[in-house]
Amino acid sequence: MDVNEYLGLFLDESQEHIQSVNTQLLKLEQTGSQDAIQEIFRSAHTLKGMSATMGYESVANLTHEMESALDLVRAGKKESNQLLLDTMFSAMEQIEEMIANIETGGRGANVDVAATVSAFQSFIGSTPKAAPTVETNVFTADLYTDSVITQAKETGFEAFQLHVKLSDAVVLKAARAYMVFDRLQELGEVVRTLPETEAIEQEQFDLSFDVLFVSQETADVIEHAVSQVSEVECVHVTVYTSASSEPEVAVSVETGAVAEPKPKVEADEPKEQAVAQAKTIRVNLERIDRLMNLFEEFIIDRGRLERLADEVGQPELNETVEKIKRGTNELQSLVLTLRMMPIEQVFNRFPRMVRSVAKDIHKKVQLDITGAETELDRTVIDEIGDPLVHLIRNAIDHGIELPEVRVAAGKPEQGSLALRAYHGGNRVFIEIEDDGAGIHVDKVRSKALERGVITPEEATTMTDNEVAMLIFAPGFSTADVVTDLSGRGVGLDVVKNKIESLGGVVTLETVVGQGTKFQVSLPLTLSIISAMLVQAGEETYAIPLSSILETTLLDEADILTAHRERVFDFRGQLVPLVYLKEMFAIETETKTQFPVVVVRKGNKLVGVVVNDLIGQQEIVMKPLGTYLEGIPAISGATILGDGRVALIVDSNDLF
Amino acid sequence: MEQKWVVFSLGTNTYGIDVQSVRSIERVQPVTRVPNAPAHVKGVINLRGVVTPVIDLRLRLGYEAIEPTDETRILIASLNQGDAGFIVDRANEVVESEDVRLEPIPESSRDMLSAHLTAIAKGEDKLFSLLDANALFEEQHAE
Repeated sequence: MDVNEYLGLFLDESQEHIQSVNTQLLKLEQTGSQDAIQEIFRSAHTLKGMSATMGYESVANLTHEMESALDLVRAGKKESNQLLLDTMFSAMEQIEEMIANIETGGRGANVDVAATVSAFQSFIGSTPKAAPTVETNVFTADLYTDSVITQAKETGFEAFQLHVKLSDAVVLKAARAYMVFDRLQELGEVVRTLPETEAIEQEQFDLSFDVLFVSQETADVIEHAVSQVSEVECVHVTVYTSASSEPEVAVSVETGAVAEPKPKVEADEPKEQAVAQAKTIRVNLERIDRLMNLFEEFIIDRGRLERLADEVGQPELNETVEKIKRGTNELQSLVLTLRMMPIEQVFNRFPRMVRSVAKDIHKKVQLDITGAETELDRTVIDEIGDPLVHLIRNAIDHGIELPEVRVAAGKPEQGSLALRAYHGGNRVFIEIEDDGAGIHVDKVRSKALERGVITPEEATTMTDNEVAMLIFAPGFSTADVVTDLSGRGVGLDVVKNKIESLGGVVTLETVVGQGTKFQVSLPLTLSIISAMLVQAGEETYAIPLSSILETTLLDEADILTAHRERVFDFRGQLVPLVYLKEMFAIETETKTQFPVVVVRKGNKLVGVVVNDLIGQQEIVMKPLGTYLEGIPAISGATILGDGRVALIVDSNDLF
Repeated sequence: MEQKWVVFSLGTNTYGIDVQSVRSIERVQPVTRVPNAPAHVKGVINLRGVVTPVIDLRLRLGYEAIEPTDETRILIASLNQGDAGFIVDRANEVVESEDVRLEPIPESSRDMLSAHLTAIAKGEDKLFSLLDANALFEEQHAE
């Protein structure tokens, strides 16, 4: 089998199953739900099957152990306990690591699972393989055996399994075996033998055979009776447990489960998902990207066509172009939704994370997720996970107080953490709100002053939320601040940068003693944006409309100088000027009157001086590629209607 | 194993680049300058809808810049970091490994330029240096 062909599918499905197991584990932990056990068992079983087929034995082995343990719980033979839950959680973490390793070309053998495996095995109650108990399972359960044993048990018999080994020197094997059976008949009834009785009579066995036996005697009595037969080297008696009774049989039941037609297991699973999701098909992301690329080129050509039609001015042509435009607009929104995925995928990993972080630091946290079905561009989905993890960790670590502190403050012992996602306009909002201690704004203010992040003047005029936002400033990520502000400074500037690189904005609201709310707003899609095209010299640049406040015309004479900086009066506010031609070293003459594009970043404004405004246009954002990464004030490129490339100005870098 | 190289000229010197890494050979087209990029980065071009960086190989290898001629070509190479174009004076031919023998770079000519060369290919009326395009890029990135 060409495994590579299925690798993508395997990885995807593994993720889904891991996700599902994690979700169900939490449910199991909270409610002890029997359904959850079934679900986890199914997923573990499917994971095992898939990974064994793909030849990833480490994953298969671990899931096998987990499945065996679960089977006992499922069959009601053992109670699930915290230890088992913890073992399953860590097993899932390890499997996740192995899958990640496989994804990067490994064999998934990167994790040492010995501890987890033995934890499962001690739960199962079986010692590792090769130990005698494995022999317990020589008799695979079948209906006949089961019914005989059940009946026998009802009448006070116990089922035993005997492993009889004859001595090397035995001459008449069949005769000895017959004597063993004879003895056994005195004590109870032989149900089955392995090999079959006829084979034993015809000496078709090595030196040992197994007997399934029901009796009212104890194992010791049976063992003693059989060992009395001469030339029997040893006899090993164990209590036999059928599928419907006790633990040891787990492995044999498991073998039955493997034989169970796989499609059935698979069919069971989507049933529940089907309730939540509409019919879907899996499409390779590459195909969608190709479709997007082609469509983008089409949009560019449409722009060209529009311009030509304008020049020609022929009414019928204009009408047709207009129709094409409307059609493509619809197509555009449709194509863009192809890349949209529910944020569920990111949110799914949080319940487990919250659980483990809270547990580690002895806090009680209730996580409430709403809006997991909110859709976002796949690219954003891929990137937003880490920043959110960081914010959530922070909220648990430093927002929510220890249970005793909470009780002392008159709050419920269990802290609440809300994770919300929702659409608003052409943006998606994600909120992380805790009911913890809030941020001590005064401490932030004095720290910021001390560190020169703000001036004393600013310190008095800034609102509390503005001051609280300073925790995102790079200068705040130092250790002493961490302790002072209960750690809310740790690397938050990184979070902010990441979110901004996705075209997002992060804000926060905080009330001391009541909690903190972080809000992340993200663009719905990344690739097509509205932009103002501007010209400086021969060069054309695009400035994203989202950052433009307005455009205005300025006279040379209106330029003022403050602190050796060129500024101008914009509605009573002095706004610094940035010359695009200087910033980008463009050779062009200075005009006496020129357009200024006023861009904003937070509350700050900057006027960008350009030579000409070309106009507003929908542009398709294209990456500049790894090689040109990190060029200041350029965030990407776009292809204009005439086929030329124009660079997109990253106005965040102008401040 | 058989190998093939696209052989091109820069001034009087000839170089070869593994044909496997060459996606296409393009004529000169309008290049959009990228401000504040390294000097040898000519800019970016629209290569069938993909914005592709273009390197002036003359500048990169320490030659003097010249105005493009009718023969100037852009070799589009597929590198570890994505596709990139190299401006060369002329794309000459494709040479197969059976027509040449490879020799190590002479110790004496080890200089900045030769750091990007992997071997010298010699054959009947053929002599060119094998260029490691990925090395050109990676080192640049580290600078």
